[in-house]
Amino acid sequence: MMADQLPEHPDFLWRNPEPKSSYDAVIVGGGGHGLATAYFLAKNHGMTNIAVLEKGWLAGGNMARNTTIIRSNYLWDESAAIYEHALKLWEVLPEQLEYDFLFSQRGVMNLAHTLGDVRESMRRVGANKLNGVDAEWLDPQQVKELCPILNINDNIRYPVMGATYQPRAGIAKHDHVAWAFARKCDELGVDIIQNCEVTGFIKDGNRVTGVKTNRGTINTEKVGLCAAGHSSVLAEMAGFRLPIQSHPLQALVSELHEPVHPTVVMSNHVHVYVSQAHKGELVMGAGVDSYNGYGQRGSFHVIEHQMAAAVELFPIFARAHVLRTWGGIVDTTLDASPIVGTTPVDNMFVNCGWGTGGFKGTPAAGLTFAHTIATGTPHELNKPFALERFETGALIDEHGAAAVAH
Amino acid sequence: MLLISCPNCGSRDETEFHYGGQAHVAYPENPNELNDREWAEFLFYRDNTKGAFAERWLHSTGCRQWFNMLRDTVTYEIHAIYPMGAPRPDAAAPARESGTASLAADSTTTGTAAPSTATTSIAASTSSASITAPEGATK
Ligand SMILES: Cc1cc2nc3c(=O)[nH]c(=O)nc-3n(C[C@H](O)[C@H](O)[C@H](O)COP(=O)(O)OP(=O)(O)OC[C@H]3O[C@@H](n4cnc5c(N)ncnc54)[C@H](O)[C@@H]3O)c2cc1C
Ligand SMILES: [Zn+2]
Repeated sequence: MMADQLPEHPDFLWRNPEPKSSYDAVIVGGGGHGLATAYFLAKNHGMTNIAVLEKGWLAGGNMARNTTIIRSNYLWDESAAIYEHALKLWEVLPEQLEYDFLFSQRGVMNLAHTLGDVRESMRRVGANKLNGVDAEWLDPQQVKELCPILNINDNIRYPVMGATYQPRAGIAKHDHVAWAFARKCDELGVDIIQNCEVTGFIKDGNRVTGVKTNRGTINTEKVGLCAAGHSSVLAEMAGFRLPIQSHPLQALVSELHEPVHPTVVMSNHVHVYVSQAHKGELVMGAGVDSYNGYGQRGSFHVIEHQMAAAVELFPIFARAHVLRTWGGIVDTTLDASPIVGTTPVDNMFVNCGWGTGGFKGTPAAGLTFAHTIATGTPHELNKPFALERFETGALIDEHGAAAVAH
Repeated sequence: MLLISCPNCGSRDETEFHYGGQAHVAYPENPNELNDREWAEFLFYRDNTKGAFAERWLHSTGCRQWFNMLRDTVTYEIHAIYPMGAPRPDAAAPARESGTASLAADSTTTGTAAPSTATTSIAASTSSASITAPEGATK
């Protein structure tokens, strides 16, 4: 588990080709979702004349900034279905991609601190079981047995009253995940083009026919947007709106420690989530900054809040030092569920709105989005996540229900 | 953390405030006439501008009054603070006026893009816009 040997850093994993003048499909955004989409387009749909365009460096966005938590214990059926499909893919992908990204199924606990939390959590355990998602309810003693460093005293402000537990959940090394996908994409003939920013779209009537970039114009039959954080900026360029707000979200790590934290602990109520990275850093995430922001940094008071919660729950953390903090830009929706599907522009598709929790969804986002791009129709799993739900009112409201504050 | 100059109380830490999202979103004037698409626009669609953005803030642990702020969502620089109901300081271009929602100048209910926020117009407005709001700022 912890202190595992990391795989050797490979010499090179993908070519750096010049953009061609035209492709069958162009994916905008070289994060995990863009790469997974390209991979499944090539593997499942035989579309190999495609390009992934990334304005910066591969996986330099949220993909390499997230706290890598993977779980599928969502409340609503639609969410459980897509996240559980993702989890099943995570379980087979290292072999399929022939690259070990250290997916560690060390389990995830979601703590309950109030009677309301307890009831909501038990309800979610029941719902998960009905959906074939592994889930258990733990009392405080069982919580302590699984994670001995947790403070379960009842004299603290928000005592641990129990937790839901998903044993198959865990963490993976996110940069390795990106490299694994990139390497396979490259093998299958996909062009991965870094330092290539999409600056506009070319349309014929209502149909997109090409993208404008800082490296020239590229004609294409289909465009898939996977630009977490910037989805609405791109949509605006294409002439439509998305119900998305971009917020800064930050995380931090401590210096390296001996293995002390054997699982992943999340608390919605006091808002902190903690795991220990393979190398030994304590990895902590918190909440989003309340305001809209495109700066990849966050407010200090959010860190202060998160640390107060962490130290109360894990008294031994009081001795740890913060080594590094950073931020990403997450694209949030009002129902805290993603948007995957068609757009008002013909031949243009969008995958966005995964907010603070889209890393875990990466393989299923890629698989279903590739299906939609290739066939022009929704996949069974992304159908409920269509843009139309904001109009029909069929929202998938995972706020709170998803066991994490957004 | 932002240092926000409340029109009533002066400069205070961001932690005293509550964020209220996009400013100038008027309640539909004829709600009965809105179709599903227009309701969706009113309820769920907001601008997500990269650059100068007009937004509402509440001084929740101070005077408990709402006010508007023009802030850059990339640099986080605060360009102007101004009263609810007052036009956006650099809003030279009239707001879009399609649909059945309010035709008031500050309605963005049915539009598809923010008023022009070209860099030049912001630069111009920064010098002229006062950092503290005019009198009667908060209602
Ligand atoms: C601090 C933090 C912690 C998180 N923790 C978790 C977690 O524990 N578990 C979890 O499941 N999720 C987590 N998330 C959320 C998760 O990271 C995102 O939902 C997910 O990474 C989004 O998909 P992506 O990987 O493709 O996005 P990104 O990696 O952000 O990819 C989007 C890419 O698009 C590029 N782009 C943007 N505009 C353009 C343009 N015009 N032209 C070309 N390229 C462009 C960007 O540079 C970027 O690389 C966290 C996020 C953050 C910020
Ligand atoms: Zn005040």
